Amino acid sequence: MNTAADGLRVEKVHVWRGDRHVLKGVSLELAPRELLHICGPNGTGKTTLLRVACGLLRPEQGAVSWHGQAITGIEPKYQAALAYASHEPALKGDLTALENLYFAVGMKRRATAQELRMSLQRTGVAGCADLPARVLSAGQRRRVAMARVLAMGASLWLLDEPFTNLDAAGADLVSGLLQEHVGGGGSALVVAHHELALDCFVRRLELTP
Amino acid sequence: MNVGLWRAMTLVVRRELCLSFRRPDQLLQPLVFFLIVTTLFPLGLSLQLSALRDMAPGVLWVAALLSSLLSLDSLFKSDADDGTLEQLALSGQGLTVIVIAKTLAHWLVTGVALVLVSPLVGTALDIPGSAFGVMMGSLALGTLTLSWLGAIGAALTVGLRRGNVLLSLIVLPLAMPLLIFGAGATDRAISGVSAVGALYFLAALCVFTCTLAPFAATVALRITLE
Repeated sequence: MNTAADGLRVEKVHVWRGDRHVLKGVSLELAPRELLHICGPNGTGKTTLLRVACGLLRPEQGAVSWHGQAITGIEPKYQAALAYASHEPALKGDLTALENLYFAVGMKRRATAQELRMSLQRTGVAGCADLPARVLSAGQRRRVAMARVLAMGASLWLLDEPFTNLDAAGADLVSGLLQEHVGGGGSALVVAHHELALDCFVRRLELTP
Repeated sequence: MNVGLWRAMTLVVRRELCLSFRRPDQLLQPLVFFLIVTTLFPLGLSLQLSALRDMAPGVLWVAALLSSLLSLDSLFKSDADDGTLEQLALSGQGLTVIVIAKTLAHWLVTGVALVLVSPLVGTALDIPGSAFGVMMGSLALGTLTLSWLGAIGAALTVGLRRGNVLLSLIVLPLAMPLLIFGAGATDRAISGVSAVGALYFLAALCVFTCTLAPFAATVALRITLE
């Protein structure tokens, strides 16, 4: 149904970290309405693969393309289409949750404070909007980071361990958001240790040492 | 892309200013350092007023360079440590734009503040009021140039645990022309001679660094991000 030129495509990437060969010719394809779950033991390069996919890390060999074009040539366009959440929440402790969202999302699109508050509300942290991020708990920070992904309005989500520090309700919430995103035509690359309990189509890519 | 370059830059500058004013101690430390170092000289040397006036430009400029260095270390480091630098790098605006905006914001909170308190130091060092204009102008150009040079150093040392010593070793040799022409301009102004030549040279250095440093710093940061 989907052609190869549609969406994200990672072809035979090799990454060395010093003399350690982390990614050994990993390939993946991700079309719209698809979710790819990257799993595998610690140290098999899951995060590295995600960083390669978002363009932060240039692979020594292999190529990453978006809609048939190499991402190095279309960086601004590709970056505008993606939302990346690293395993750290990437929040400034001295800024409030709302300001954190404002300065991060504002670089990608014009978002009103109302919209940002809405996305904070959807991840269940509306009450923390005006608190400095340093006083939030680890779980609340994760939810704020998820609200940032949501507010960016991107079509491709690249999430690194989005369930860390979340309670059961929070994990359900993130699963629901992923499902809604993929159902709405988006695609997602998710690094997670445990199984994803989602109704939508989930493919698995298992990395081995 | 529906966020323009200008809007993205002002957003980063506003973010940096906002963060600086939430941490006033980091803002004040270099200024207090500048004030203390420059007042130590007249106390420690107990010179004649005329001799003090001869030394004043050098003392003023060395203190200004060192105090500017104090705050450079945190230019990219805090963002790199908490992961927000990655978010900025993936914002679709290009890392160079972010480097330029962050460096300008850094100069606004450190360089401009230093220029504003320099008359106080000038008075303590017995620099005549007629030379204040040249002194402040040369310091403004010098601190801006130093911010650009510092951006390269800060980007190169961002991944290191204790990078601030290495940062000084990288930046200070590059800052020598600033010291020569900055102190020279102030010295000429004190003796009542036209300082235009030295000021032009400082301005040229400033333009030179601001055209090249953002690209160098971008490359250094990209290596760190990998």
